[in-house]
Amino acid sequence: MGVGLLNTIEVILNGLMTGVMYSLVALGFVLIFKASGIFNYAQGVMSLFAALTLVGFQSGQIPFAELINAVFGTDVHHFGFTMPAILATLCALAVMVLFAIIVERLILKHLVNQEPIILFMATIGLAYFLEGFGDMMWGSDIKTMDLGLPQGGSFWFEDVTKTWAAEGSDYWGMYVDVLDVIAASVAICLVIALTLFSQYTKTGRALRAVADDHQAALSVGISLRYIWVVTWAIAGLVALVAGSMWGAKSGVQFSLSLIALKALPVLMLGGFTSIPGAIVGGMMIGVGEKLFEFYVGPMVGGATENWFAYVLALVFLVFRPQGLFGDKIIERV
Amino acid sequence: MRLSTIAAMAATAMMTAGPALADLTIPLLSYRTGAYAPSGIPYADGFTDYMTLLNERDGGIGGVPVNVLECETGYNTQKGVECYEATKGDGSLIYIPQSTGITYQLIPKATADEIPVHSVAYGRTSAVNGKVFPWVFINPGTYWDAASIMIKYALEQEGGSLEGKKIALVYHNSAYGKEPIRTLQELGKKHGYELTELAVDHPGQEQKSQWLQIRRERPDYVFMWGWGVMNQVAIQEAANIRFPMEKFMGVWWSGSEGDVVPVGDGADGYKSVTWHAPGKDFPVFDDIQKHVVDAGKAAGDGSKIGEVGYDRGLYTAVLVAEAIRIAQEATGGGEITPADMRDAYEALGITDERWTELGLPGFAPAFQNSCEDHGAPHMGAMQQWDAKAKKWTLVSDFMEPDYDVVNPLIEEDSMAFAAENNITPRTCE
Repeated sequence: MGVGLLNTIEVILNGLMTGVMYSLVALGFVLIFKASGIFNYAQGVMSLFAALTLVGFQSGQIPFAELINAVFGTDVHHFGFTMPAILATLCALAVMVLFAIIVERLILKHLVNQEPIILFMATIGLAYFLEGFGDMMWGSDIKTMDLGLPQGGSFWFEDVTKTWAAEGSDYWGMYVDVLDVIAASVAICLVIALTLFSQYTKTGRALRAVADDHQAALSVGISLRYIWVVTWAIAGLVALVAGSMWGAKSGVQFSLSLIALKALPVLMLGGFTSIPGAIVGGMMIGVGEKLFEFYVGPMVGGATENWFAYVLALVFLVFRPQGLFGDKIIERV
Repeated sequence: MRLSTIAAMAATAMMTAGPALADLTIPLLSYRTGAYAPSGIPYADGFTDYMTLLNERDGGIGGVPVNVLECETGYNTQKGVECYEATKGDGSLIYIPQSTGITYQLIPKATADEIPVHSVAYGRTSAVNGKVFPWVFINPGTYWDAASIMIKYALEQEGGSLEGKKIALVYHNSAYGKEPIRTLQELGKKHGYELTELAVDHPGQEQKSQWLQIRRERPDYVFMWGWGVMNQVAIQEAANIRFPMEKFMGVWWSGSEGDVVPVGDGADGYKSVTWHAPGKDFPVFDDIQKHVVDAGKAAGDGSKIGEVGYDRGLYTAVLVAEAIRIAQEATGGGEITPADMRDAYEALGITDERWTELGLPGFAPAFQNSCEDHGAPHMGAMQQWDAKAKKWTLVSDFMEPDYDVVNPLIEEDSMAFAAENNITPRTCE
C-alpha cells in the first residue's frame, strides 16, 4: 500500500477512537434526556467532579481540607494512606449515587411539570455550583489520574502495519494510542451493559416506560422520583468513566468540564434519545473532523476540528432534525 | 461640646479611618479560581508572600507598609477590567494584570488614568517600546525574545547551523499563541530552517491530529506556545509518539510543574524557556519561611513555595518593590504616586550585587530599563524537567535574543500602533 493511503487509514482509525471518547461524554446527556427530557448542562462538570472524587479518594486527600484548616486552624491535607484504584472507583461511584439522590431531592422534585427550559436553567445552576463545590472539596490543583492504564502508541500495531507499506518506503507504521483502544472497549462494554439493563431488568423497563410517556408510567405505579434517581446515578457512572478516561489523558483539572462541548455535535448528529446513536454519532464526528483537519486543515491554517464538528452536525440537523437515531417527533393537532 | 473639641475629634477620626491611604497599595489581579487556577495560585502566593516578608521583616518599604489589594479575576478579561475600575481609586500605584486579554484592555485605560501597567513577560509585545507606550512595562522580556532564544538554543545544540532542519510550532490558536510566528518566520529566513505551524484550538484537550502530523513529518524540534490544559496534553502526546523530549521546548508559560507532573515519567527531559532560576535554593526563601510561613502569614498552604509559578510571582514582587524604593529615593519621602512609580520603573535596574543583597544570588540576570526599553533584560535560559527528582534544572546560561531580528519587528509593530492611534512617539534623549 502507498504511504498516503496508510496515513489516511491511520487518521480514520484515530478519528474512530477519539470519537468514542466523545461518545462517552455524550452518553450521559442521552441517558438523562431520554428518561426525563432534561438537557443536562452539568454533564461535563459531573465528569470533572467524578474524576476529582476518584483521584481524591485514591490519593487519600481529605475533602474540604482548606475549609477545615481555615475554620479550625488545623493543617491537614491527607489521611496518610492511599486507596487501590478499584476501591477508589467504587467510593467515587457511591458519591455520584449520593449526588443523584441529592439532585432529585433538592432540585428535580420541586420542578416536576415545569417547562423544559426551566429544568435546563436548573442544570446550568447545578453545573456552576458543582464546579465551585468540587474546587472547595478537592482543591484546584492539577491531579494525576493513575489507574494503571497503559498509554502511548502500540509497538505491536506499528510493527504489523509497517510491513503493509510498499517496499523501500520510509514508513514508521500506524499509530494507535493504547489508552484510546481501552477507552473504546470500555465504551462498548458500557453500551452493551446499558442496553441489557434497559431490556432485561425491571428497573430498566421502568426507565424505558418513563422515557416513552411519563403520565402513562405514573398511572401504572412507576415512581418517577425513583426513576430519576436511577437515571442520574447511571449518568453519574458514565460521567465517572468519561472523567477517568479523559483525566488519564490530560490530568484531572477544571478544563475537563469543557469536554461537554465536544459532546454537543455528537448529540446533534446521533440524536438526543439514542444510546447507539451517541456511539455512532461520536465515531462519525471523530472521523469527520480528523479527515477534514488532515486534508483541508493545512490549507486553511489548521485548528478546524472544533468548528468542523459543529458544521457536520448542522448539516445533519438540516436534513434530519432528530439526528440519525433520534425519535421522530410527531405531534398531532 | 465646644467647637474645638468637635474639630479635634473629627481630625482624629479622619486620621484613624484611612490608614490604607498611607500604605503602598499594589492591586494584584489574581486568578485563584477557574480552569487556570493551578497557574494563578502559586503566582499570587509568591507575589503576596514577598510583600508580606517586606512588611514583617523590614516594616514595609522605606518604612511604609505594602498593601496588596488582591482582586479575583478568574482569568476573565471582563472581571479583570472590573477589578481595575474597582481598585484604581484606592491609591493603586501599578497594575499587574496577569492576563494578556486584561492587559490589552488596561493599556488604553491605565494610560489615560496615568497608572503604570506591568505585564510580566506577556501582553502586547511591542509595548516594550517606551517611546510609544510610556505607561506599560513588560520586563523581563517579550514573546519575540523567547522565540529568538529558543532558536539560539537550538543553534547551540546543532553546532551553529539549522540549515535544512525542520521546526514545528504547536501553538494555542489565539493572539497569544500566534505571537512568535512572525519572529520564527524571520529567523527561518536567516537560518534556513523550515517552519511548520500547527494550531490547537482552545482549550487543547484534543490534539491527536497535530501530533499525528508531527509523527509523520518528524521535525527536528517542536516548539510550544501553550497554556492551561493544552500544555499537559501536548507533552503527553509527545511522550505517546515517543518524540525525543530533549528536542521539545515550550515558552515560559508552558514550563511549570503543573504542565509536566500529570504526564509522569513521560515528561522527563522536556524543556522550556525561563527568565529566572528554578527552585528555592536562595537565602530569601529562608526569610520567607521564618517571617511568613512559620508566622502563619503565608498566602497559601506553603506547598507551592519554590515552584516555577511561585518564583515568578516573587520575581514580579521584587521588581515592584525595587521600583517603589527608587521612587521613594527620587521623591525623598515614603509616599509616592503612580506617576512617581512610572518614572521609577523607567529607571529600574537590578545589578548582580543587588540580586545578592535581596537574597537571590544568581536568581535572574541583571538588567537596566530605560526610556526606550521597557522590557530588560530580554534574556532567557533553558530549563529541563527531571521527572524522577520532580524538579527543573537550568541546562543553559541566560541568553540574549537576536536583537537584529527582534528589534526591527518591535519598531515596525509599535510604530504601526502609534500611527493607528494617533500617538506621537516621545523622544528619549
